[in-house]
Amino acid sequence: MTARASTARQTTAREVAERVVDPELPMLTLADLGVLRDVAEDADGSVTVALTPTYSGCPAMAEMRADVVRSLHEAGFADVRVRTVLDPPWSTDWISADGRRKLAEHGVSPPGAAQRDASPGPVPLVLGAVREAVPCPNCGSRDTAETSRFSSTACKALWRCRSCSEPFEHVKEI
Amino acid sequence: MREDDHVYLSLAEEQDDARWAFGTGFEDPLHGVDTSVPDGVDPAELAALCLGLGDDALIAAQRLAEWVTRAPELEEEVALANIGLDLLGQARLLLTRAGQVDGTGRSEDDLAYLRESDDFRNVRLVELPNGDFAFSVARLLVFSAHRLAVFERLAAGHADPVLRAVAAKGVKELTYHRQYAAEWVVRLGDGTDESHRRMQEGLDAVAPYIEELYRAADVRDEVGAVLAQVADAATLKLPAAESLEGDGRAGDHTPCLAPLLFEMQEVARALPGGQW
Repeated sequence: MTARASTARQTTAREVAERVVDPELPMLTLADLGVLRDVAEDADGSVTVALTPTYSGCPAMAEMRADVVRSLHEAGFADVRVRTVLDPPWSTDWISADGRRKLAEHGVSPPGAAQRDASPGPVPLVLGAVREAVPCPNCGSRDTAETSRFSSTACKALWRCRSCSEPFEHVKEI
Repeated sequence: MREDDHVYLSLAEEQDDARWAFGTGFEDPLHGVDTSVPDGVDPAELAALCLGLGDDALIAAQRLAEWVTRAPELEEEVALANIGLDLLGQARLLLTRAGQVDGTGRSEDDLAYLRESDDFRNVRLVELPNGDFAFSVARLLVFSAHRLAVFERLAAGHADPVLRAVAAKGVKELTYHRQYAAEWVVRLGDGTDESHRRMQEGLDAVAPYIEELYRAADVRDEVGAVLAQVADAATLKLPAAESLEGDGRAGDHTPCLAPLLFEMQEVARALPGGQW
């Protein structure tokens, strides 16, 4: 196989893997979500895909892994390996601009910037902090309130809009 | 109905083996990770550390799951279940790591389902029954504040890259858990006479089990500062430190652990290797 053909195959493999969707947030591809860390073709023609989990306990990880393998098999890649990458840990900052737009279009409020100051020392506990209002994905109002920090999946919080009275989910910053 | 209209229909296809929605296929959360032990790391010490931290998370997750259908409000039930799920994920990674490096080759399932209570290495704080909601949030505050401080240290400097990565991920999750617990302790402590009384009782009941956490990992400065901050905001008194005989990390447990394990392990023991 020529170097050029190999590169083309690797590009194809990457495109196939990038299009696989998250089983819990099916409006997002794995590329949008930022969990696809690498796609590489090895010298023997096998493809290795590197995925990083969102949360330690996210049950969608095994399903994503199986979907990636299945999609690549269907695209003609016979030998596919999936590697789990734990370091560095996933951050919502890795959700692409496209991904954020798609979340909002589907009524899910996208995350803001993950707050983790780089200062050394213990993570401070801030009590009584007023959480910055996130705009309602349905009507755009900023008159919203957090109902619960945890929602239908580990990655989302539950909010409600005081203007249009709709509840909505917000992908929380991590 | 189109196939992609329903998430479970696509899971029912025949060509893959990940059946998470149906209960099996939960294998190897460290799939494809480089699992060699670096030079200079004692495998037995690393295994013991991962086992203790993994058991803490597993047993805490099981108690949190018991709140499902019993929590005061649906939102709290969802929150407690999600916190439990994060901890279960941490437990799976840590138990898998423990089994890899202790030389026995045991899987996460072997460790979770096929050990007796004497073989568990969790601190006793996590095995106590849920009791009042106030007790549960007091326990969660102490547990998550301690675990967060421990994980921060592991993430910053442990020689094993797998444990370091698991800890770095856990820090983000535990920050949310501690925040949740702290806010409830303040709301109940600084609430009505009734909620204040019950929150103080919850904190008092947790107190005797705190020293054991420090024996496992002495991060008392960080944890003490957080507990003092929360108690102050909650108008609660921090009980004096006491110390119990025995040590969960050495296999000493209360009589509460065996019934918990019986329930958690019942299906796995009745149907070894079962798939469904």
